[in-house]
Amino acid sequence: MSLFITSSPPHLRSRITTTCIMYHVLIALLPAVAAAIYFFGTSSLLLVVICVLAALTTELFWQVFRQKKITVHDGSAMLTGILLALSLPPDLPVELAALGSVIAIAVGKQAFGGLGHNPFNPALVGRAFLLISFPVEMTNWPLWKGPSQSPLNGATSATPLDLAEENIITEYSALFWGNVSGSLGETCAPALLLGGFYLCCRGFIHWRIPVGILGSAGLLIYLDGSDPLFHLLSGGLLLGAFFMATDLITSPLTCRGHWIFGIGIGVLIWLIRLHGGYPEGVTFAILLMNMTVPLLDYYLIPQPLGGVSSRGSNKKNC
Amino acid sequence: MKVRDKNILRGIHINDGKETTFNRSIVRASPPSEVVIPLLQHHGKPGQPLVKKGERVRKGQKLSESKSPGAVPVHASISGTVTAVEPRLTIRGKREMAVVIKSEKRATFSPLPPLTRYRHLPENKVLRAILQEAGIVGLGGAAFPTHLKLSPRNKQHVDAVILNGCECEPYLTGDDRLMQEAPEKVVAGMEIIMKILKVNQGYIAVEDNKPNAIASLKKFTYGKENLKIIPLKTRYPQGAEKILVKILLGREVPGGGLPADVGVIIHNVETAWAINNAVYKGIPLIEKIVTVTGNNVPKPANFLAPIGISFQALLEQCGGLLDYKGKIIAGGPMMGRTQCSLEVPVTKETKAILALPEKEAALKEPGPCIRCGRCVEHCPMGLLPVFLAELSRIQKCQDLERLKLSYCMECGSCAYVCPAKRPLVQWIRLGKNRR
Repeated sequence: MSLFITSSPPHLRSRITTTCIMYHVLIALLPAVAAAIYFFGTSSLLLVVICVLAALTTELFWQVFRQKKITVHDGSAMLTGILLALSLPPDLPVELAALGSVIAIAVGKQAFGGLGHNPFNPALVGRAFLLISFPVEMTNWPLWKGPSQSPLNGATSATPLDLAEENIITEYSALFWGNVSGSLGETCAPALLLGGFYLCCRGFIHWRIPVGILGSAGLLIYLDGSDPLFHLLSGGLLLGAFFMATDLITSPLTCRGHWIFGIGIGVLIWLIRLHGGYPEGVTFAILLMNMTVPLLDYYLIPQPLGGVSSRGSNKKNC
Repeated sequence: MKVRDKNILRGIHINDGKETTFNRSIVRASPPSEVVIPLLQHHGKPGQPLVKKGERVRKGQKLSESKSPGAVPVHASISGTVTAVEPRLTIRGKREMAVVIKSEKRATFSPLPPLTRYRHLPENKVLRAILQEAGIVGLGGAAFPTHLKLSPRNKQHVDAVILNGCECEPYLTGDDRLMQEAPEKVVAGMEIIMKILKVNQGYIAVEDNKPNAIASLKKFTYGKENLKIIPLKTRYPQGAEKILVKILLGREVPGGGLPADVGVIIHNVETAWAINNAVYKGIPLIEKIVTVTGNNVPKPANFLAPIGISFQALLEQCGGLLDYKGKIIAGGPMMGRTQCSLEVPVTKETKAILALPEKEAALKEPGPCIRCGRCVEHCPMGLLPVFLAELSRIQKCQDLERLKLSYCMECGSCAYVCPAKRPLVQWIRLGKNRR
């Protein structure tokens, strides 16, 4: 007659779910999306919508085709779409954006087994694919509609990092507020910082990763004789540090892992930006460090409570 | 010795559900018509039954005996006739040998044997012998025989006793009420423990969500230099021995060791109360404080219940169940065992009966792990629950020891915080059993 449910403890579960975390990250991205629309016009909204729709459709098709449980509503595909859109140039043809989104979900995520199994950040896989396949379109920066500083050639402008290669320095205030050309979501620092701090404070991302990236990249660039503040504010560094590198699935699990992962990304950004061929290095830095995550998780096992070797030892702190 | 009054960094904070019963005083449960007393109610091996079917027993009479020095006897919790000595379903989910006693009207009490029996022994051995004879076990839930815990090995130099009044499990309020209503008995029991161990320094740790308990204990220990009441910030699983030793004294119990290895003995406040009853009143452990609570119970209460009373009988005194569905849990919601039947008796391990309605008890569908690291962040032992659970699940046992599987105390913090609702503790237990 027993109608009681039996199960293993614990019998209480917290209210936070996977979907809840995804939507919190989406909320944190809203300021960046708003800034993109403000600076680059409504065409950027179209780009965001296209990327999200393409991502959702790909995920849905994949899951229907493979007869998997439909989890399109969990927010993860939408997050990938928005992150990809924010890392694209505003004038990118929509069909390329959609293609990038399809690649991000299909190759970057579902091919590995879906949510939680992808070794690389799917949005960055999509962006890297577009960057390598369509280098011209992906580096075609439109003239910023406001008071721009010395556009190089008629129709297109250049990002502050491109300009720096030609020894043209952009003002800090323009860099900070986002009055520069660049990808949709990467220019406006206050919007990114707002979202990033929100996520760090609520504990939805690991704060050590952005701190490690910004700290190590800034320090190395300073030691190398360049302007660290300029580099931190330009390009996709803030977007990458707060939203791409901190992707839960593709970052390490332990504290020490977070530090090493963050610092590794910072070092790679410094190498690529100052000593490599690309003016921008965040995408590849993060993708390269994504590869080290399984190794970091395997070797960096924290010392458990009572893991001290000698019996009866009276160690004060762990 | 330095005392720490600080929070542990890990662990979880839970909305604790104690508000329904924390202000209800402990009431004596009305005597049941029948009790079922399992012979094994402690951590160890059961004893042999001393009574046969048809025999009349008195309340407090010893029902079992064992040659093993670690075993403790069980006692009749009511007067009556033995109707059966047979296997019965217990809270462990198994059928285990039990003595069934049918109540009779005329109650007679048989106290513990007189102290003259122990004339030739030194004082602390006498006290230990009384505790064993009284069947006292740790009442925090693990039911480890108390006299064993109070006999540290020679090399273990015990210099501190901690009385654990944290009661960090949600919903449980028995210890809280006990500290409010009978602080003198708790403190007296504590003093006996300190006397047995010849220890001068005692701490009573209470979480700060029990201000009344802290106040009444402070009032009662006023002027006693060697007893300190230590309020701790509320946090689960603070009441776990190793965590408590770390927080209070900054000592780390080595893996696989006991708190005695770092010179500390920890007892639950209810154990101290039971020790007081045994030593000063000659009452063996035949009654237990049980919180009956949960949203499926119309009138939640704290009971002083005879051991062996069925869950059904206790729940009836709270107005039955609103709905005969959901979960019935023996113990708290984080570590308690679900029950499939209401026939099971209250034993020395039972701290609470928690009835969760169907809605709260519904099993969650686990999703894929998103490697958020919340389980790692909250594991009080500093382990990697995500890998322990996953390797256990796929039965890759050789890596489990590298990740210190045996350190896991199954507190459930990881599964509580898991956003994908994965049954981490269940898999970890699987891994522990497979090895």
